[in-house]
Amino acid sequence: MAEVKNIFDIAGRSMAAQMVRLNTVASNLANAGVVTGDKQSAYRAMKPVFETKFADALKRTGVSTVDVADIRTVLREPERVYMPHHPEADDEGFVFRAAVDENEEMVEMLEASRQYQNNVEIVSTLRNLMMRTINMGK
Amino acid sequence: MSKIGNYLDFYSQALQIRSHRNEVLASNIANSATPHFKARDVDFNREIQRHVKEGPLQTTHNVHFPTQMSPLREKLMFRQPINPSLDGNTVEMNVEQMEFSENVMRYQTTLQFLNGRITGLMSAIRGE
Repeated sequence: MAEVKNIFDIAGRSMAAQMVRLNTVASNLANAGVVTGDKQSAYRAMKPVFETKFADALKRTGVSTVDVADIRTVLREPERVYMPHHPEADDEGFVFRAAVDENEEMVEMLEASRQYQNNVEIVSTLRNLMMRTINMGK
Repeated sequence: MSKIGNYLDFYSQALQIRSHRNEVLASNIANSATPHFKARDVDFNREIQRHVKEGPLQTTHNVHFPTQMSPLREKLMFRQPINPSLDGNTVEMNVEQMEFSENVMRYQTTLQFLNGRITGLMSAIRGE
């Protein structure tokens, strides 16, 4: 992995991580309510696992950013719904609905987008500061 | 160190500490969703005092070489959370954003002072 050097690494990689989170939310929401005939093939919600990535020169700089370490499926069972007329229904007339909690996903989406915005804000603020510093003494 | 360097040294140091603090605060905000991350910060007052006291070594004789000490390392400390969260993360967005905007403002102020000094020097050099 590339070294964490400056503010663009810190905020850029954090934004990439939040983007992964937003993508998983999008897939989860897209699959919410999808039904299948058996339990194994039913969709289960995915969540990214965030991990702090410290700079190699941590002792000197003390900066860190965040990386997605893994994407896991949530340990939640698909809901068994009685729908005897559904073409996918099993012998007993049940189908399995994707294990996605829409409310949870909406909250997750809002939080991820807010944190993405925070990072954008930081980059634009510090970029302005850098421009002013470059123009020092003029 | 040269006279002009000395004249600008304090503000350049302050600017360096402020810029480092900006990076540390940005790291905190980048990690606001990471479980078990502990927010850190730089105590500016302490660091600038440490720099003023410990600064570069003085030369007491004209054959001594001026020693360039390695730049002082800022000491990072952990933030005490006001409302600790269940996942062990101590980044509080409101606190971090306030500290960040204050630090940015103070950075700009320091830059302004530095600019003032440089402008003063320039007009002295030009003699207009």
